[in-house]
Amino acid sequence: MSRRHPYVWAVSLTAIGLGLFLYKVVLLGFPLTPGTISDIWTVETRVAFVARAEPVRVSMYILRGSQRFIVVSENFISQGYGVNSVPENDNQQGVWSIRKAKGSQTLYYRAVIRRVDTKEPPVRSAPPKAAPAGFEGAYLAAAESLIAEIQAQSADLDGLVGELFKRLNRPQPDENVALLLGGESSMSKKVDIGVRVLRHGRIPARVVHGIRVREYDRDVPLIQWVEAHDGARWRGYDPSTGAAGVPEDYLPWWRGDKPFVELTGANRLQVSMSVSLNEEEAIRAAMDRAKIASPGLLEFSLFSLPIQTQGVYRILLLVPLGAFLLVICRNVVGLKTFGTFMPVLIGLAFRETQLAWGIFLFGVVVSIGLSIRLYLERLKLLLVPRLAAVLFVVVLLMAALSVLTNKLGLQRGLSVALFPMVILTMTIERMSIVWEERGPSEAVQQGIGSLMVACVAYVIMTVDYIEYLVFVFPEMLLVLLAGILLLGRYSGFRLLELPRFKALAERKP
Amino acid sequence: MFRLAERLVSTGVLGLNRRNAEYTLAWNPRSRYPLVDDKLRTKELALSAGIAVPELYGVIEIERQTRDLPALLGAYTDFVIKPSHGSGGDGILVITGRLRDMYRRSNGQLMTREELRYHVSQILSGIYSLGGHPDKALIEYRVKFDPLLDSISYQGVPDIRIIVFLGVPVMAMVRLPTRMSDGKANLHQGALGVGVDMATGTTLTAVWRNDVVSEHPDTGNSVVGVKIPNWEVLLELAARCHELTDLGYQGVDIVLDRDKGPLVLELNARPGLNIQIANRAGLLPRLYLVEQHHKELVSVEERVAFARKQFCTLKER
Repeated sequence: MSRRHPYVWAVSLTAIGLGLFLYKVVLLGFPLTPGTISDIWTVETRVAFVARAEPVRVSMYILRGSQRFIVVSENFISQGYGVNSVPENDNQQGVWSIRKAKGSQTLYYRAVIRRVDTKEPPVRSAPPKAAPAGFEGAYLAAAESLIAEIQAQSADLDGLVGELFKRLNRPQPDENVALLLGGESSMSKKVDIGVRVLRHGRIPARVVHGIRVREYDRDVPLIQWVEAHDGARWRGYDPSTGAAGVPEDYLPWWRGDKPFVELTGANRLQVSMSVSLNEEEAIRAAMDRAKIASPGLLEFSLFSLPIQTQGVYRILLLVPLGAFLLVICRNVVGLKTFGTFMPVLIGLAFRETQLAWGIFLFGVVVSIGLSIRLYLERLKLLLVPRLAAVLFVVVLLMAALSVLTNKLGLQRGLSVALFPMVILTMTIERMSIVWEERGPSEAVQQGIGSLMVACVAYVIMTVDYIEYLVFVFPEMLLVLLAGILLLGRYSGFRLLELPRFKALAERKP
Repeated sequence: MFRLAERLVSTGVLGLNRRNAEYTLAWNPRSRYPLVDDKLRTKELALSAGIAVPELYGVIEIERQTRDLPALLGAYTDFVIKPSHGSGGDGILVITGRLRDMYRRSNGQLMTREELRYHVSQILSGIYSLGGHPDKALIEYRVKFDPLLDSISYQGVPDIRIIVFLGVPVMAMVRLPTRMSDGKANLHQGALGVGVDMATGTTLTAVWRNDVVSEHPDTGNSVVGVKIPNWEVLLELAARCHELTDLGYQGVDIVLDRDKGPLVLELNARPGLNIQIANRAGLLPRLYLVEQHHKELVSVEERVAFARKQFCTLKER
């Protein structure tokens, strides 16, 4: 009876999974392949804070669109808040307000934008009145001599702005610049000073805050740009190099010096932005059809989640796939690994570090950690303190590797921080015990087994097409689950057992 | 590859997946595992059933007790220290004698008191136990092996592993420690496994590190054709362990002591599969046979007689 259960489950899970899948593909026309890259993105801002049982007012800059991007639609997701959209100077502001709120609150602003390819030059505009630069005393003199020096050296606006930001970005700035920056070297300070120096030189200038629009990004950083008016139109400059021009994927959000979000009546403000390339038109169309055919289906689909969370699930849904691979590697092939799911997690970390770097960093951390652990053996420590000591070593090693690779200019080295360190620690501990008890060859064998499974998991989990399939058709995981149930009843030989028992096969021809 | 798998199937070789799915999972109730995983409980259980086991000298349960170790060991010049929840022979320390304050291990190395104490606290911290749980350390009688097996052993105590299925002994092997296995009788640590004819207790071929051999790798003596003394007693002892634990599929490890006769060392709920290589025979046909007949076999004598009659390898040849 119970022997048959796994099969019954396997069949029904497969039926449900395949049924949903076929329904979505055949009847609703969900595309099986990710189509061409579209020019539509969804941009989302999440504002979270803790209200103090007072009237709350949140004002946040919202999108106005730019030369390259137009805002197709936007919406505000907020329970019980009144929402207003008001213009402010060159910007647009969204204002949420509520008479009384208490506890943690989360508001979303979501906009759909479309990129338009225009070769037209930016629109002409009359030069605005230069705002006062606001320098005083010694700063005034420093700004004065700085702009005078630069103006003497440059022929046009591009040269002037370029020279100014080159000076601001020097690792060893001259006296004037050093005084103005006052020891701070953050990009926002440089941008602020740069804009004010330009204004002091009677050149209208302003700061632009915006983001880079890429495929899928969570926690997108705000990037500042500088605009200066050449008498006919605004021109953009990269404050980190001083070069003229704006990148293709730069979406300006607001201009001016004010903070992104202003909040009254609450504290502990957290703002994060995310961007996702919209699933192309075909999926949209399929989803519209689904809305009519069976309204419940999409109400509960992954597409209804906030983009930030969608991004998380794009990765999380790959983990069961890795686990499936692991079951095959262990129970059918017979590879030995450290820890049951350690290889899957390592494979997941490889996604961020890239394969070669991942293997290198993993190898370095584990082998150095292992040698230190084998030394700790001599100190005769008890188990838990020893494990804690190894954890210390692992964290310090990771920090040291990051610093070292950063100094060498190898950006990838920084990603060592993405390895799950507790898993690394446990791996080192188990490996050292195997090393002591069964000898180095067994330890290395299991280590290589783990790495192999991690690599296979990485390869499978990085295929974009698989990521797409699992995300659009999560019901396929049910079919995999059915496979796992069947593998749970697999009682045949493991592949690596065959050579082991070879001697037994020789007797009977 | 497939041909090889096919031949193995026709020989009736039991693989790890099948052992887990159809034997250990099916016949060994989870609740009975602690009886065999905890060697202290096994020992108590065996004593209460009148099964001979090596005498227990003492148990160390907490770190503080390791300070009193010298006092506890005072009277004994030779003894064995082992983790109560050990697996695969890991963490077993055999002391054969003393030299002033030092302890002599079975491989001739000397150990200071401090080292001995560290080993015990390692055991307590659970480093050798299944799943890393805190453990107890047992100190017990060191078995002086029977001179009858002298010719085929080298350092350490050879033991006899008998697989018992539903109370019927189905396959047996002698495990001989080698220099490589550091005096331990575990095959994966490099010990030699020698198949045993179930009817007579005569050794057959041997397996060493997955290869078939016929001489002891350290001494060069032939290990084939040696008759194990008291074979019938050994089989009965193994068969009785089924009632002891209620485990359907288990491995019983027995040693032959010079003075005390056969002693049950430990029981194993997940016995390894190398025994098949040592015997050059698959377990499956024997297991099927037992499954068909086990209802008719009630008494220990009947089960032993069945095993001796059915699983006689020598006559087959």
